[in-house]
Amino acid sequence: MPDASFDAAADAPSPAAKGAARRAPALRLRWSSVFNHGVLIFGVFLMMGPVVIAFTSSTFDPIAIHRDGLKLGWGGEFLSTYDTVLFEKSGFTKEVNGLLMLFNSMVMGLGFAIGKVVVSILAAYAIVYFRFRGATVCFWVIFSTLLLPLEVRILPSYEVVQSLGLLNTYTGLIVPLIASATGTFFFRQFFKSVPEELLEAARIDGANWWRFLVDILVPLSRTMIAAIFIIMFVVGWNQYLWPTLMTTEEGYFTIVRGIKQIMQVWIGANIPAYNEALALAVLAMLPPVLIVVIFQRMFIKGLVETEK
Amino acid sequence: MTPADGSRGGVPTLEITGAVKRYANGHLAVKGVDLHADEGEFVVFVGPSGCGKSTLLRMIAGLESVTEGEVRLKGRVVNDVEPADRDIAMVFQNYALYPHMSVYDNLAYGLRNRKIPKPEIDRRVREAAEMLQIGEYLARKPGALSGGQRQRVAMGRCIVRDPAIFLFDEPLSNLDAKLRTQMRLEIRRLQRRLGVAAVYVTHDQVEAMTLADRIVVLNGGRVEQIGAPVEVYNAPASTFVASFIGAPAMNLFPAEAEGGAIRVDGGSAPAPARARGAVTAGLRPEKARLVPAGGGLPFTVETVEELGATRLVHGHVGAASFVVSLEAGVSPPGETCAVTADPADVHLFDRGSGARL
Repeated sequence: MPDASFDAAADAPSPAAKGAARRAPALRLRWSSVFNHGVLIFGVFLMMGPVVIAFTSSTFDPIAIHRDGLKLGWGGEFLSTYDTVLFEKSGFTKEVNGLLMLFNSMVMGLGFAIGKVVVSILAAYAIVYFRFRGATVCFWVIFSTLLLPLEVRILPSYEVVQSLGLLNTYTGLIVPLIASATGTFFFRQFFKSVPEELLEAARIDGANWWRFLVDILVPLSRTMIAAIFIIMFVVGWNQYLWPTLMTTEEGYFTIVRGIKQIMQVWIGANIPAYNEALALAVLAMLPPVLIVVIFQRMFIKGLVETEK
Repeated sequence: MTPADGSRGGVPTLEITGAVKRYANGHLAVKGVDLHADEGEFVVFVGPSGCGKSTLLRMIAGLESVTEGEVRLKGRVVNDVEPADRDIAMVFQNYALYPHMSVYDNLAYGLRNRKIPKPEIDRRVREAAEMLQIGEYLARKPGALSGGQRQRVAMGRCIVRDPAIFLFDEPLSNLDAKLRTQMRLEIRRLQRRLGVAAVYVTHDQVEAMTLADRIVVLNGGRVEQIGAPVEVYNAPASTFVASFIGAPAMNLFPAEAEGGAIRVDGGSAPAPARARGAVTAGLRPEKARLVPAGGGLPFTVETVEELGATRLVHGHVGAASFVVSLEAGVSPPGETCAVTADPADVHLFDRGSGARL
């Protein structure tokens, strides 16, 4: 696949029928594509190697892994391992399985991404289109929160959520994280680049502030929204520290947290269930990967070009 | 539909009295403008960039607030009325079409916001599309249209509104020269057919001359002159208007007026007897005649531009550069010759204020 596009790109500028002159460049091209592909393959190896090994190892039984280390190849325990991980109730309380953890992660990722997109759009809309006193100050205050990541403010955040009685709820898991300086900044930059005349035309067309937002601004930002949604979904899915603090009931465990739980809790004095931990890791990776692969085109479009 | 003189009776469609626009930073963009547009009248604001013509248009549209004075539409003061409730429609310079909506939705959007029933919207959109010959593009997005087609869609958006007045903000400046001429005619034809008043902003005096029933020449936030194109061309109220309207521009040069003649460098030419003393004289290139030396104001030929239909002879009268337009095939009578004209064609302006004498 990359081969074809590479050659096409390299060939395009050279006129199609130039006889003998074509031969030499073709040879030179082949060497350069060998080199290019070498670099690409090396990159793929670095990126994919650990994932492949994690997957293949998860198909062995834990004793084999414990004895021989990580394994390449097919262990034959695929079905039983993944069945256990997904469907067998486990933990102290026996009320959580892999499926529930995936569900929790999904709620977390979607809530996180949707919440961030909605809040960012509204914040950016207010900053760009409503010229209230101190709009710029507001923006920079929001922007400066980039300097205060969750880890820095985690104790006060915990205190607030705890005193609101939101521990072990989806609300407590999601809402404290949905304010996003990054998202606000991206949308602000985008809105600023939307021609003023569109707003004026809409005003003449009788659109109030809400209709302008819903009918014009949001459809115009849809690639932007898609891009931010994907990024935020992955970030939300991969949250570890915050869910660890917020949830003590196993019924609210997210899958990223669950992986660690296997290593700690699911074993007695026995060999850790390496295969199950690896299987959970593979499962945890799947939804974000699927989302990125499916929306890749939109994602890149959103970051690279804007339709105005 | 002859140029209106305001005496047609009834309430003017648009009436502006003492309009002033002061921006928050203290800049005065419009410094007290009075004008009106009658029903079906095509008024063109023309002037160089920064003369306040767009600001004035936007004040009519309601996109800029009115600092002082009044804007009335059909007799109603609209200073504090939202643009949507003013019964106006506007074509923007970059058209401002909604890029994510089809042509149909672009036309229908304003009507939907007004809660007009669906069948009525459909009827109006199709009628406007028919009129503008964009019927076959209704399903397309603006991005898939050419400049001229987008222009039509922008006009269609105005037509479906059925407003009291159309506002045009330099709508042709994004088109190439050929298309501009064509769209110019089309706008005029459409406006006549619909009989709706229009205010049109341009910096192009040719557009102003060809489109307008009445031209409003603006300079530095003030009205220099209001009048029918021919009036403005034949009797410019100031040196500014004289140099702005007409191409090539009117020749303006310092001269001594002595009742019935003007004198430059020992030569003289006939002129209106209205003034005496130091004046600025004006003479249009196409009204100037070249005669052998001694028959008028001394003139030295420097270059001749061949335009096919006419020839432009460039030279100097006194210290001022001067252009004479000759018919094709006519040559100047010599390297040094003289300029003269009918007295009625010579304009006299006050040397200091530039006002017409």
